[in-house]
Amino acid sequence: MSWDPRPVPDVTPETERYWTAAAQGELLVRECQDCGLVYHYPRSLCPDCFSERVEWREASGRGEVYSYSTARTMSGWPDDDLPLVLAYVELEEGPRLMTNVDADPSAVEIGTRVAVEFRDVDDAEIAIPVFVPEDG
Amino acid sequence: MAGTEPVYIAGAFEHPTREAPDKSTMQLHAEVAKGALEDATLEKGDVDGFFTAGVPEYESGLPPLIMADYLGLEPSYADTTDFGGSSYVSHVGHAASAIRDGRCDVALVTLAGRPRSHGQATGSGARDLRTVQDSFERIYGATNVSMYGMAAQRHMHEHGTTSEQLAEIRAAASHHAQYNEHAMYREPVTVEDVVESRVVADPLHLLDCCVISDGGGALVVVSEDVRSNLDRECVELLGFGESIGHHDAGRIDLTKTAADRSGSRAFAEAGLGPEDVDYASIYDSFTITVLEAIEDLGFCEKGEGGSFVEGGTLRAPDGDLPFNTDGGGLCSNHPANRGGMTKVIEAVRQLRNEANPEVQVDADVALAHGTGGSIGTRHGAATVVLGREDR
Repeated sequence: MSWDPRPVPDVTPETERYWTAAAQGELLVRECQDCGLVYHYPRSLCPDCFSERVEWREASGRGEVYSYSTARTMSGWPDDDLPLVLAYVELEEGPRLMTNVDADPSAVEIGTRVAVEFRDVDDAEIAIPVFVPEDG
Repeated sequence: MAGTEPVYIAGAFEHPTREAPDKSTMQLHAEVAKGALEDATLEKGDVDGFFTAGVPEYESGLPPLIMADYLGLEPSYADTTDFGGSSYVSHVGHAASAIRDGRCDVALVTLAGRPRSHGQATGSGARDLRTVQDSFERIYGATNVSMYGMAAQRHMHEHGTTSEQLAEIRAAASHHAQYNEHAMYREPVTVEDVVESRVVADPLHLLDCCVISDGGGALVVVSEDVRSNLDRECVELLGFGESIGHHDAGRIDLTKTAADRSGSRAFAEAGLGPEDVDYASIYDSFTITVLEAIEDLGFCEKGEGGSFVEGGTLRAPDGDLPFNTDGGGLCSNHPANRGGMTKVIEAVRQLRNEANPEVQVDADVALAHGTGGSIGTRHGAATVVLGREDR
């Protein structure tokens, strides 16, 4: 999977920690210290209770495929990167996170156990979390 | 408590074009506005409420200001609610509220766009990351079709829905499109044709996807006072509901849409239920969009949409729930990638006996439902229940 010229995230003050942690090999989720919600994508206020007492928490990086779709054609996307498996991975901590499963599409099903890996981009300060099958 | 003063749709116009390389989007807005006002037997000078959503080609500008300027409107009430393709169903409901509040009497709703002339292809990936959500979604190559593909995949997993059942939705739409001289694809297709078409994003095939078309449409919503002076059959707005469904902090359920909330509200306001609906326009960006909406609107139980659509249920004129008799977004028209407008227009045609004769339904009550944005991330849902005046 090559990333150039694929899009890279727009890093904001609210999300910078998430992306820089990925460059250190950590997948972070947000955890509300008041209501206990563990959530993704990162937001400064808890989306359930609006608490500002929200901490970063390192996720195990493991989960299973909640759903997926394999794009066979996509205009504006490098042919070398197709087919591309788009997925929601349900993390062990709970949240469903949109990502790619970087694997042969035939190895991906709903329920497939997956683990996080991180892909470098031109900006060495950040990296992109993707998932691969655990037994692959 | 919602106001109860009757509100009517007096004018409805769908632009006949499906590809307009030589026209501006604003020109299309003006042409559909003119068409809908003529249909309502009203004049431009009668308009005192203006409703429109984003104008895709002019995102950097201020769409409502640009459009009011171009159209020469000085409204006493304006609303630019933008929920993507469902916006125009919402606008009908919002216009009714404004009319009942006495803020306007003649509300003009317009839509236009030209994605076909811009060369947009099915399965296009967005390159432009404008929101924080894009950074967590679009960077992975999420496209509309792959996000709806994930919804279809999960629905199949949980409920045993099949590609053939989804294909029946396209086949029924194509059965209707053959009678629509303006439809982009008039050739009837079979379930086999759909499942044998190339896969764009598993499990959705090319023929599970809507058309990409230029064009537009407009509606004129009026007060009872205005209606009483018109010598034109109108359609009464009986109920309206809207909601937003989203990623829910990571708890997204891809098998459900916010149509359960918008639909139940619309039915409650109308004092009616799904069993009272004689004709339904249901947003059809993809076949799965229709299937999930049918369940969420209460036409069948969650998970039974696949078996519900089998056996000709959706086919006019004799099916139990004739749908999208213009051919819908799947076969006829999906102007500006926003199909809510044409959903309302075909429901109005049905209630006025102005549908194509081969698919005209004997309908007293019709429903139009829009699903805007993406059920794979976040979407608007808007439902109107409409009635024939002499029902």
